[in-house]
Amino acid sequence: MGALVEIRSLSKVYERGRQRIEVLHHIDMDVQEGDFVALMGPSGSGKTTLLNLIGGLDSPTEGSLTVAGERIERLTQGQLARWRAAHVGFVFQFYNLLPMLSAQRNVELPLLLTKLASKERRRNASVALQLVGLADRATHKPGELSGGQQQRVAIARAIVSDPTLLVCDEPTGDLDRQSAEDVLGLLQELNREHGKTIIMVTHDPKAAEHAGRTLHLDKGTLVGGEQVAA
Amino acid sequence: MKYLHLVWAALRRRKVRTGLTLLSIVVAFLLFGLLESVNSVFGEAGHTVGSAHRLITISRTGLFTPMPISLEAQIRAVPGVEAVTGYTFFGGSYQNPKQVIGSMFAVGRNFFSLYPELKVAPAALRQFDATQTGAIVGAALAQRYHWKVGEQIPIKAMIYPRKGGSYTWTFDLVGIYHARSPFEEQDFLLRLRYFNEAAAFGNNRVGLFVEKIGNPQGASGVAAAIDALSNNSGHETKTQSDSAFAVDFLSQFVDIGLIMHAIMGAVFFTLMLLTGNTMAQAVRERTGELAVLKTLGFTNGTVLSLVLAESVLLVVLGGALGLGAAALAVHLLQHQIGAALPMMPVGGAIWLRGGTLMLLIGLLVGALPARRGMRLRIVDALAGR
Repeated sequence: MGALVEIRSLSKVYERGRQRIEVLHHIDMDVQEGDFVALMGPSGSGKTTLLNLIGGLDSPTEGSLTVAGERIERLTQGQLARWRAAHVGFVFQFYNLLPMLSAQRNVELPLLLTKLASKERRRNASVALQLVGLADRATHKPGELSGGQQQRVAIARAIVSDPTLLVCDEPTGDLDRQSAEDVLGLLQELNREHGKTIIMVTHDPKAAEHAGRTLHLDKGTLVGGEQVAA
Repeated sequence: MKYLHLVWAALRRRKVRTGLTLLSIVVAFLLFGLLESVNSVFGEAGHTVGSAHRLITISRTGLFTPMPISLEAQIRAVPGVEAVTGYTFFGGSYQNPKQVIGSMFAVGRNFFSLYPELKVAPAALRQFDATQTGAIVGAALAQRYHWKVGEQIPIKAMIYPRKGGSYTWTFDLVGIYHARSPFEEQDFLLRLRYFNEAAAFGNNRVGLFVEKIGNPQGASGVAAAIDALSNNSGHETKTQSDSAFAVDFLSQFVDIGLIMHAIMGAVFFTLMLLTGNTMAQAVRERTGELAVLKTLGFTNGTVLSLVLAESVLLVVLGGALGLGAAALAVHLLQHQIGAALPMMPVGGAIWLRGGTLMLLIGLLVGALPARRGMRLRIVDALAGR
């Protein structure tokens, strides 16, 4: 059986006027189903770019990117949007919740793209909020929640439609140590107990310790061997 | 409908800005409703007053040039003419100069037989015939001044003094006529015969003749024959259909429609700039949020629709409140001033035109911001670029 994510000779080049910036050089990488992978590296190493490509937010310049058997670099914008809705849950450093909506409504957002009835959407969102320990904060707006709570709402939003893959970009980058530990513990639980495949970009070696394995990027290339968690 | 809460949340994001924009839309559509209500009266004039069986003859040099009453007998002899009456503008005010009765005419005894849509009791007509100083007024006008049959009504003439120099004419109200709309119930009618006898000048001359014709298909031929009677005389005439006359009459004073549309054009142009700016700001501020929606899988088309829906909802909400306020204002004014108010109720046709305008403005002002939202690149927007 193949890997859940198969990356072959993946390159990404940005062109800014006459300048050509090669951010990723011929990356080869596999992520198995149920993996929790931490992507580390210095700023500008291409971590977020790689994560964006895996999440279908951007298109590679060269190479192939197969996720759950789908060559996503071949998809059109519209197909990619639908693919993201079905297969990827996103967690960002700054939570990126919609400030005017309650926690419940924020979590329901991905479900608006499904055929679920309103009652089912509400029920699923409640279950997701319960899973992240925020059932009692469902009616609160993001501004009424702490950073750690907001990130947990964002995780609930990421998992509510039961995606194939969770991609997390510095999910603890804006949190204090305790909140960061809570969020990482939650991701670990989702990985271990619910079998979620997670790819997480982080600067923080302590955060990376929660992952099953760690990959290092430097100047757009994967370097060194993998560090596998004990 | 499942996205409605998203659209609503976006509008509530900046309550003060949305409120002020909404207020400007309300005011614009209030103005639209009031002006359309006035405009409808003039539009109505061309339609309801007109009868295919009536022709109107005026002096070729204009409505205010009188013609000799002797022409009436010649017109009556024109083949195709079944009846004819002459009448002349009188004009005066009641009690004080501000209470002008603009639609006041000295009419021939068969006037009502040429206007069968004006309903008056036969007894009142007989009384009108028998009373030298008799007058019949429209129901809306009578209601406005609380006039009752049998009352004496002193009128200060605007143009014609009585023989002896007094401008005060006293009329005996002998009847009240009813018509299809309050707009047609504004006339004050006195006897032409009395006017000819009592006026210091202007006697035996009329402002216009009304002809009843048997066959509307032959109207142009009859009109030409009537005008031929006075060819090369000092009082050449112009005969046209009743409807054409009504439209000409109004447009010779001012092109009401043009003025209304010019005002509304300016108002809506300003409104579009204002609302367009609000929408552009709203979308610019929410670039990150729109990028998040696209990240979650909302397609470009859905994002476009959400922004368009937001702008349409804003304009429709404000527009409906504005038109509603206009409807209420017209209702209250009519209640206060009476049917003499030259305004039609804000009815279905105005709501339909207003609704179409709301949709159009909503789509137009939302188009550019929606396109911007649709085209934003997720990675750039999330990175704040």
